[in-house]
Amino acid sequence: MAELTRAAPAVAEVRPRPLRLDRLAGRIALYAVLIILSFSFLLPLLWMISTSLKDTPQTYHVPPIWIPWPMRFQNYPEALMAQPFGLFFLNTLRYAVFSALGAVLSSALVAYGFSRIRWRGRDVLFFLSLCTMMIPFEVRMIPLYLIFRNLHWLNSYKPLIVPAFFGSAYFIFLLRQFFMSIPLELSEAARIDGAGELSIFLRIILPLAKPAIAVVGLFQCIDAWNDFLGPLIYLNQPELFPVSLGLQRFLGQFVEKLAWPYLMAASTVVITPVVVVFFFAQRTFIEGIAISGIKG
Amino acid sequence: MSVEITRSAAPPGRSRGLRLSNAARNQIYGMLFVSPWLIGLLAFTAYPILASFYYSFTLYDVINAPRWIGLQNYIFMVTQDPQFPVVLYNTLYMTIIGLPLAMVVSFLLATLLNNPIVARPVFRTIFFLPSIFPVVAIAMVWLWLYNPNYGLINSTLASLGLQVIPWLSSPSLAKLSLIVIYIWGQGTTIVIFLAALQDVPRELYDAAKVDGATALQRFLNVTIPLCTPSILFVLITGIIGWLQYFTIPYIMTQGGPMQSTNVIGYYLYQNAFQFFKMGYASALSWALFVIIVVFTFIAFRSSARWVYYAGG
Repeated sequence: MAELTRAAPAVAEVRPRPLRLDRLAGRIALYAVLIILSFSFLLPLLWMISTSLKDTPQTYHVPPIWIPWPMRFQNYPEALMAQPFGLFFLNTLRYAVFSALGAVLSSALVAYGFSRIRWRGRDVLFFLSLCTMMIPFEVRMIPLYLIFRNLHWLNSYKPLIVPAFFGSAYFIFLLRQFFMSIPLELSEAARIDGAGELSIFLRIILPLAKPAIAVVGLFQCIDAWNDFLGPLIYLNQPELFPVSLGLQRFLGQFVEKLAWPYLMAASTVVITPVVVVFFFAQRTFIEGIAISGIKG
Repeated sequence: MSVEITRSAAPPGRSRGLRLSNAARNQIYGMLFVSPWLIGLLAFTAYPILASFYYSFTLYDVINAPRWIGLQNYIFMVTQDPQFPVVLYNTLYMTIIGLPLAMVVSFLLATLLNNPIVARPVFRTIFFLPSIFPVVAIAMVWLWLYNPNYGLINSTLASLGLQVIPWLSSPSLAKLSLIVIYIWGQGTTIVIFLAALQDVPRELYDAAKVDGATALQRFLNVTIPLCTPSILFVLITGIIGWLQYFTIPYIMTQGGPMQSTNVIGYYLYQNAFQFFKMGYASALSWALFVIIVVFTFIAFRSSARWVYYAGG
């Protein structure tokens, strides 16, 4: 490991020069290490998929079987029927779509106020919003639970969706960074033409900020899809469960019976949408994360 | 906030009697635009924080009204609760061992990826993907990987005639086993570090080379200093993330074996929603808050000494 780190910057300076033997050896070592490491990162996934296609004797075979034969595809329908997974998927989808809508709308508005208009107290409030990122959910969790309980919002998606419409500090920060990079002259020109702030926001800034908006929508969808603690606290009727809680309930149902192929089949199905979304929106993901990390 | 009302400043054709000055207009619009966040801040952050502070001085089981008991929750936490030191130790262990370990691994992986390699996006995707998987699915897959008899790792070891490893059943190993899962799911950090590495200007490496710096010296004196802003970002978000660690222990170990993976996030949840000790749980959440503030403060204060801002 240490050896390679040292070699790494050196390899980065490959110039269009004839490859020397030690250079070549370095390249081969680099690829070998990368391939071994990425294989070990993929192992849990491959093992999950492999198990999801096994029958019982194959599952408990020592040494482990990597490619089960015959493959038992019935595990998938059987696992998905064991719990109302269709319902769980719909619940999660609704949670993801509405909370993403809320996050995009509110965070964009707020980020506009924090970046494109000058007013007294703006920077202090923005700093305050950054500070709120430090507050652990655990501190707010109990009173929030009690508030939503008093509003009779428990066992509904309101406690999970409504707060998204009030902006999240992280998304506001992300969008503000983006809005700041749009030249102020664009807004000034529109103001001279008599455009109001709302129309500048809707007609000029939002269309320019599509990539950043996409990042926010995407991140919120993924967060909602993966959220566990929120639904765990607010929902206790199984027909309301999102996939995360549904999967955990499924674990409780099957772990005693050692039905690992079912559990792995269900996990594969829950992970798949995330992987598909990633492949369609790869650039959005990578750029969104890079922005927050560098400018943070 | 001064709202000036001026008549003359109004542009002709748009005046409707009263016109606000530009500054006043900006003040109103600015505040209007941020008002959703302000309202959310009051309702979903400020009030809950104050309420939680109040509850931390009460005995509250949700059914009966909260009863004021002064500092008793805090006194119990620090002097009597046998669980609290254990939970605190576990939380700090995970943060102090797990976070730096994960950061070093991520940085090395990013350094590897920063080489001019074919198919970099493919490798990056492989390292990144686990970080967006649902935690429950991750927990499930690793429960099976770590299965004492038939999990991939132990059944491979057993078939090679080697000693099997009690991943989640040994109190001394369970925390490390969970840290491994965390490192596996650290893809976002790799992406952040990779982006930072790619921002390092080539000229600096060339200049260092002219000065006779070895590859290791260039790594230590050029690469790392220029990546410190990203390192600080990852450090702070990592501290906050680790201190709130909850889902993995909840699903995989329920804090066991022998409380070895019971972290403050999980203990707090247990107190609030399993034992219905809302008052004590609130006190715990404040302890957690204080720990986060102290750690973040240390990270920020020390950053003046080790974070290098180019051009700043």
